[in-house]
Amino acid sequence: MRRIISILMENEPGALSRVVGLFSQRGYNIETLTVAPTNDPTLSRLTLTTSGSDRTIEQITKQLNKLIEVVKLVDLSEGAHIERELMLVKLKATGAQRAEIKRTADIFRGQIVDVTSSVYTVQLAGASDKLDAFLESVGDASILEVVRSGVSGIARGDKVLAL
Amino acid sequence: MELLSGAEMLVRALKDEGVETVFGYPGGAVLHIYDALFQQKSISHVLVRHEQAAAHMADAFSRTSGKTGVCLATSGPGATNTVTGIATAYMDSIPMVVITGQVQSDWIGDDAFQETDIVGCTRPIVKHSFMVKKTEDIPATIKKAFYIASTGRPGPVLVDIPKDLTNPAVTYEYNYPSKVKLRSYNVVSKGHSGQIKKAVDLLMAAKRPIFYTGGGVIQGNSAAELTELVRKMGFPCTNTLMGLGGFPGDDPLFLGMLGMHGTYEANMAMHHADVVMAIGARFDDRVTNHTSKFCPNAKIIHVDVDPASIAKNIPVDIPIVGPVDQVLKEMLEQLEKTDEKPDQQALEAWWKQIDAWRAYHGLRYETKPDILKPQGVIEELYRVTNGEAIITSDVGQHQMFAAQYYKFKYPRQWINSGGLGTMGFGLPAAMGCLVARPDATVACVTGEGSIQMNIQELSTCLQYNFPVKIINLNNQSLGMVRQWQDMQYQGRHSSSTYEESLPDFIKLAEAYGHVGMRVTKPEELEGAMKEAFALKDRLVFMDISVDPSEHVYPMQIKDGSMRDMWLSKTERT
Ligand SMILES: Cc1cc2nc3c(=O)[nH]c(=O)nc-3n(C[C@H](O)[C@H](O)[C@H](O)COP(=O)(O)OP(=O)(O)OC[C@H]3O[C@@H](n4cnc5c(N)ncnc54)[C@H](O)[C@@H]3O)c2cc1C
Ligand SMILES: Cc1ncc(C[n+]2csc(CCOP(=O)(O)OP(=O)(O)O)c2C)c(N)n1
Ligand SMILES: [Mg+2]
Repeated sequence: MRRIISILMENEPGALSRVVGLFSQRGYNIETLTVAPTNDPTLSRLTLTTSGSDRTIEQITKQLNKLIEVVKLVDLSEGAHIERELMLVKLKATGAQRAEIKRTADIFRGQIVDVTSSVYTVQLAGASDKLDAFLESVGDASILEVVRSGVSGIARGDKVLAL
Repeated sequence: MELLSGAEMLVRALKDEGVETVFGYPGGAVLHIYDALFQQKSISHVLVRHEQAAAHMADAFSRTSGKTGVCLATSGPGATNTVTGIATAYMDSIPMVVITGQVQSDWIGDDAFQETDIVGCTRPIVKHSFMVKKTEDIPATIKKAFYIASTGRPGPVLVDIPKDLTNPAVTYEYNYPSKVKLRSYNVVSKGHSGQIKKAVDLLMAAKRPIFYTGGGVIQGNSAAELTELVRKMGFPCTNTLMGLGGFPGDDPLFLGMLGMHGTYEANMAMHHADVVMAIGARFDDRVTNHTSKFCPNAKIIHVDVDPASIAKNIPVDIPIVGPVDQVLKEMLEQLEKTDEKPDQQALEAWWKQIDAWRAYHGLRYETKPDILKPQGVIEELYRVTNGEAIITSDVGQHQMFAAQYYKFKYPRQWINSGGLGTMGFGLPAAMGCLVARPDATVACVTGEGSIQMNIQELSTCLQYNFPVKIINLNNQSLGMVRQWQDMQYQGRHSSSTYEESLPDFIKLAEAYGHVGMRVTKPEELEGAMKEAFALKDRLVFMDISVDPSEHVYPMQIKDGSMRDMWLSKTERT
């Protein structure tokens, strides 16, 4: 099952490589990964998505918790949460395609953030499956370049991941 | 206010940690540190002949003393030579601090002379590592390194120090922190009382219980508590390879080692048990055999300080996360307060069954009139040393024979590489033991294959007068490999023999300034061994010819359950 694991860790060089290294050492997979400092500059927040059996996920969280630089960790997928990913896509946009792409972008609440005579750049935010659905709708033939931020997420309600 | 250079701070910090000996080898990036070592008297230094040996010595010093061993190496090749030693300590959860020199800060990343990213190289095999960025950080970093290495589930910690940070010309105020607090590292200090209560209840209700204990009992200094608990309950106890000495090997409640080369009775008892209490053991694949067939009828209690060890390989019914000593003490207290007793009738039947297994196929081997059996040599070693020696071992058949036939009485008496299985560990380990316990009798049980992997340390032994007794069970082959080839490759001995190329170990020992003794006949053994151990101040290399065709039994059959074993070349369960 797909999981979103969110980690607060020391904002120190080397911390990220320990987290990533753990996944390759132990044969776990990382599907997406995002990391940036938080409002507390001594802490970084890292969010990753992975998948595996419940036992594998339990080992992943236990092993992550053992890393000295990992301060706190939560498996967001265990409770209600909000998941977002940002995507920028360059699409071939000539002739009739221009209107079609504009319409699709609107349906998905995307924005066209850059335009040339032959290319639209669309920005889209949402859960990963929504971004997948958009790419499917516009079709491979018109896609020139895709860049996705990877998933970030936060729990719903009063729960916070903080010190 | 005291002003010290980075090199002096490092040495002073080690002193403030109580370090008395550092094992190491110099080179460009650590010359400032060596100069600081030269100019003081509190810390002595053992100059090895290969950095791998320095790491093994520091590791064995830890295993013997319970303190944290320290080794020191230069950048590049010096640092990479410690890698096998670090991995060895990591796999067996041994506290150790490894200090490496690094090229000067502004050269890092430039492929400078003798630069390797040792923090990167060792990342998967350390508990933690530090690259020091500022001279002033040296004392606090050393404090953290020792704290992390020795607490919780212990392990090696590496501290990489760029050369410019140890420059003698630049000094800073020295303050050694008295405490460390790491917000992201919290050690469990106590097991959950409710869980301990549940465990006690389950043990009381058990009909076929067994204690399965491991290295955590040794590391956690809880052999006394374990022994009290086992005797109080009257249950059988088995140890992993790493747990030997945690329970007295000559006690009737002891079933010997379990696992791949465990005793018939230990493996049978595990398989048929209804309650297994695992203490400081990690359900390694050398123990469980196929996990889906492991202890089919047992409820499992697992005490471990590392939550990640629990339910990693085998699902557990009652997990108890905590340090062994505290958990066992609380368990004993709870037992003190209850009127309940274990089910005596069931226990009697259980012991009857176990005794029948013992009688049917306890540890045994066939003797031959004209050639020594390796098992017999270990039995002789046990007799001659009164069962009191510290035994270190290399890796192979000789290691298994030592584990099976030397009945370890005390914790920290058996020093071997279990998790990584590092050939070359035994000799430097024996030296590290002698630094921790200079008056102890220390024997290194080895094979002609393993001993050649760190034989250069014979020179170090002469320099510092380490009177190791080397018991070389010479079967003229990589015996453990050959055994697998006999059993699984129809006897095709691919690269497991040496075609007459073995050195004359007697001459070799003598060339290094030691005593060599050759034993080829059974009747020579006792006398020679007594003579060797009487030479208290000398290193004696006993090259003992043993039956080259011998196999280690029992041996579990791959993918089976714990009770599926070969018992000899022709018998299986
Ligand atoms: C050739 C060869 C053959 C082998 N055959 C066998 C065999 O037949 N049988 C066998 O048993 N092994 C065998 N081994 C060794 C095997 O590979 C493992 O090293 C061994 O089984 C692990 O022992 P352990 O479970 O006691 O764990 P260790 O590696 O000793 O780990 C200790 C456990 O205790 C925990 N711990 C540490 N300190 C504490 C504390 N203070 N409080 C609580 N918990 C703590 C740790 O978290 C860890 O989980 C063999 C090795 C070799 C090289
Ligand atoms: C560094 C290293 N290389 C390879 C091995 C694989 N290996 C395990 S046992 C063994 C043979 C050991 O031979 P020897 O030391 O003579 O012991 P014996 O089995 O003959 O008693 C080998 C090659 C290992 N454990 N360690
Ligand atoms: Mg051999």
